[in-house]
Amino acid sequence: MNLPDPATLLPQMAAALTAHLQQRQISEPRFIGIRTGGIWVAEALMHSLGLHTPMGSLDVSFYRDDFSQSGLHPQVRPSALPFEIEGQHLVLVDDVLMSGRTIRAALNELFDYGRPASVTLVCLLDLNAGELPIRPDVVGASLSLAATERVKLLGPAPLTLERQTIAPN
Amino acid sequence: MTPTAAKRPLQLNDLGQLRHFLSIDGLSRELLTEILDTADSFLEVGARAVKKVPLLRGKTVCNVFFENSTRTRTTFELAAQRLSADVITLNVSTSSTSKGETLLDTLRNLEAMAADMFVVRHGDSGAAHFIAEHVCPNVAIINGGDGRHAHPTQGMLDMLTIRRHKGGFENLSVAIVGDILHSRVARSNMLALKTLGCPDIRVIAPKTLLPVGIEQYGVSVYTDLAEGLKDVDVIIMLRLQTERMHGGLLPSAGEFYRTYGLTTQRLALAKPDALVMHPGPINRGVEIESAVADGPQSVILNQVTYGIAIRMAVLSMAMSGQAAQRQLNQEREEQR
Repeated sequence: MNLPDPATLLPQMAAALTAHLQQRQISEPRFIGIRTGGIWVAEALMHSLGLHTPMGSLDVSFYRDDFSQSGLHPQVRPSALPFEIEGQHLVLVDDVLMSGRTIRAALNELFDYGRPASVTLVCLLDLNAGELPIRPDVVGASLSLAATERVKLLGPAPLTLERQTIAPN
Repeated sequence: MTPTAAKRPLQLNDLGQLRHFLSIDGLSRELLTEILDTADSFLEVGARAVKKVPLLRGKTVCNVFFENSTRTRTTFELAAQRLSADVITLNVSTSSTSKGETLLDTLRNLEAMAADMFVVRHGDSGAAHFIAEHVCPNVAIINGGDGRHAHPTQGMLDMLTIRRHKGGFENLSVAIVGDILHSRVARSNMLALKTLGCPDIRVIAPKTLLPVGIEQYGVSVYTDLAEGLKDVDVIIMLRLQTERMHGGLLPSAGEFYRTYGLTTQRLALAKPDALVMHPGPINRGVEIESAVADGPQSVILNQVTYGIAIRMAVLSMAMSGQAAQRQLNQEREEQR
């Protein structure tokens, strides 16, 4: 099975996101990308929506739940949120949703900055691992992988999805 | 000074990651840079409304201070708390050791409290190394200052201060001024600056306050302050450690100020944008003039803020290195 091309997924994601926000009557959403792939997807989405508001970037390394197993990510970078979180409608963007643990960590981090009015989750790819009750509101494509397969987003230009095989545990 | 190969295995795990932090000696430029980068991220956490991340939740950090300290102890406590660890601080200086307990006995007792990490300050050089050698595996030791030997977290927070204000180390002239003889800060700073590629490190002090063999650190030595300060980018002043001075090393504090005190006039010899640093506590009118300490070029209070971020970085990296080693040992066990 071939992986979809992000360039074809993005316009339909932008349309779905617009519809989603309209339905919720959200007029000024704040975009936040999760480092690194999520930032690329968020930038691409904002570009196709014609938005030029400042975008936030989140590094969830300090909030991960696997610290005692795999330790600290050596290339941790500061998170940067150039706007207030308190009372805002947020659009949280990630590239690949698998276990949901990254999103759990991102939500915890966001709530340390303030209490958002709402969070809309956007993912380029949903891999349906479903370890946690976290589902995207807007998704580019859903697919199921073998246990030994992973998908990585390469970028920032052009954005391409790459299939990787990992050693079985 | 050439990194001592013998110390490498003790501070690093099998993957080359930090597991204890005892000395700058033997650590690579890459590792020091990783500490600075990680600290940069923690500085951002310190600027948030909620200044806390859940990284070390459920871990216990035990500060064991055999020697007095305010700044180092409180910033280590804050660092551990901001990482969500549980923290206890023991001032051992006045209790057990004066009753005759050995360092190793004290350590065994502390181990029994099941701490995951010890921050140790001790008046004897090499105390943190000794403890790291004898502590049970998986417990990380952080050196909070040992005798005249090393104060690596102070060294790294000074490096973070310089990097944040000067952008790097490659083209800098840095002067370290004052009581070099008794200063573990000076030793850690010289090693860190050398490792990070600073081309011109100067130490300025009266002959009586210079240790024998100082040249092995790859520094240039000045006994004349005016000559040494000429066109430097950074001035690190040191506290006159009169409590460690026995015998006539100096005529008087007033005499020292007249020849080695950093005054507005002397500061003008350095570059116009030169940074003034001091590890604290400062002695106004002994090594530094008040107008300089409180002046626009002073970053003395920034150093304290950066100290929390550096300590958060070192605590989390050492804990991370211990976790990785434990994981590795487990995998090796399973393969057998």
